[in-house]
Amino acid sequence: MKTAVQRPQFFRIAEQARLPLAFVLDGRPATALEGDTVLTAILLNVGQLRRNEFSGQPRAGFCMMGACQDCWVQTVSGEKLRACSSFIREGMHLLTDMGDAA
Amino acid sequence: MSKLAPLIVGAGPAGVRAAQTLLEHGLRPIVLDEAPQAGGQIYRQPPPGFYRSKQQLYGFEAGRAHAIHRSFATLAPHLDYRPQTLVWNAQPDVVDTMHTATLAADSIAWQDIIVATGATDRVLPFPGWTTPGVYTLGGAQVALKFQGCAIGRKVVLAGTGPLLYLVAYQYAKAGAEVVAVLDSSSLSDRMAALPAMLGQPALLLKGVYYLAWLKAHRIALHSHARLLRVEGGAQVNAVVWRRESMTTADLAIGPEQTIACDALGFGYALRSETQLADLLGCKFGFDATQRAHLPARDVAGRSSVPGVYLAGDGAGIMGADAAELAGERAALALLQDRGIAIDSARAALLERRLARIAAFRKGLERAFPFPQRWAALADDELIVCRCEQISAGELRQAVRANQAQEMNRLKALTRIGMGRCQGRMCGAAATEILAQACAVPLAQVGRLRGQAPIKPVPIGMHARQAAAAPTASVFQVALAAGEDE
Repeated sequence: MKTAVQRPQFFRIAEQARLPLAFVLDGRPATALEGDTVLTAILLNVGQLRRNEFSGQPRAGFCMMGACQDCWVQTVSGEKLRACSSFIREGMHLLTDMGDAA
Repeated sequence: MSKLAPLIVGAGPAGVRAAQTLLEHGLRPIVLDEAPQAGGQIYRQPPPGFYRSKQQLYGFEAGRAHAIHRSFATLAPHLDYRPQTLVWNAQPDVVDTMHTATLAADSIAWQDIIVATGATDRVLPFPGWTTPGVYTLGGAQVALKFQGCAIGRKVVLAGTGPLLYLVAYQYAKAGAEVVAVLDSSSLSDRMAALPAMLGQPALLLKGVYYLAWLKAHRIALHSHARLLRVEGGAQVNAVVWRRESMTTADLAIGPEQTIACDALGFGYALRSETQLADLLGCKFGFDATQRAHLPARDVAGRSSVPGVYLAGDGAGIMGADAAELAGERAALALLQDRGIAIDSARAALLERRLARIAAFRKGLERAFPFPQRWAALADDELIVCRCEQISAGELRQAVRANQAQEMNRLKALTRIGMGRCQGRMCGAAATEILAQACAVPLAQVGRLRGQAPIKPVPIGMHARQAAAAPTASVFQVALAAGEDE
């Protein structure tokens, strides 16, 4: 299985002295900082959040303010979260749908 | 006459000042806001634990941001303040809400309501705009302000409007690398607009300052720039553009230029969030300056529906300073209509200030003109709807084959505006394409009607008593918005 995207999209430039927390991204351990959104936490590690249901193409959010609905991600238990407006929590297991399809 | 508590939807600058005004006159409004903290988008507050100063976060706007936040913090204990509350439907006597964290559903009865729903970027797609790493200008700003992150390591910012230069300045100042700013408008547009903008010298000077700062820091600024495409499949590798006017065919077209980068922020000014006003039955009219159908309102903010008041960018783009004034004025109108005495000199002063800002906004539209040739230049292959991958060619085909001449007919035929975003991202562009394909004025093709739920709500949310904590079973359902109506 090839990994489609490896380059993190986001780049942290401020507010680095916050408490770290651990989560799981596509089965691999990852870290974020308290107050990161799910979107931020994922995009500091990889370059996509999800795949579009119609094109199968990767997506990494767009409007960041809860309007475009292009950042819904799934947890391993099947929860759906709007990543730009949900905060990362310790131990969350998130799936980006990287690697398969397309 | 005994009345219910007045409702305010939105806790941005308009909603905060409206709440303050009602409270000062002895009413205790219910304030519903989708965000966890007050401030709206412009004065959005970072999550707890962040520590940049207001000066770092808001720059010239730090004073106003601080005033809004402090006012609201003082008011909140006296209000019925409900953050993280999405209003997903509005009816003649109730609004339907959902708590965004617990998914608890509620219906709130209203007799008078102030709608202050704000705005999002106005998006005009270009080839590759759905590539990961492409964001709206507002989105790029949220990443920085709310999360301390840049959208990439080498960022290009494009489109037009005051936000373009503000975001470029904020990014560069925060230490991000801004590789280029690509403005579809030009300096001559700015010069032509000067007379109309001189009435608000402070606002004008801020814009001049950002521009001068960017130049002094040797950031490449290009005007008459047309975005041609983003290169890179799964991520942005480059942006390709050329010199070409989006407003006139007279300008010579320049050669293609490629800029290596890993992220792009773009937008063409803002568009109002009018869905709730629509569901509440407000009459709309076409606004030629904003190229949009907007809910009609009088100078005080009264809509066509008794008891429904409109304030802030959600009723027409006028900016944050105007939103504060309009929020206060709309609250005064509500009070007047309840028979509560108000200071009419204050009301008149607010109206005069709003009129001055309106004149300035007209100037801004001239300074950053809408790229009128966008639709004519859009190829058939261009994806207009990012939710469901609907192309400009499919929209034009619906016009040719089915004589679609109106937005809701086009929606029925192609599903444009029916995806999860409910037309927020594609609506302005699709309207432009339809008018171009029909060769009629924009005003004539109408607007997408608002439809509940205006944002996706899980089908399981109605189990209010069971919704104390989100569980997997509650989430394991399709998202309601975007399904067939």
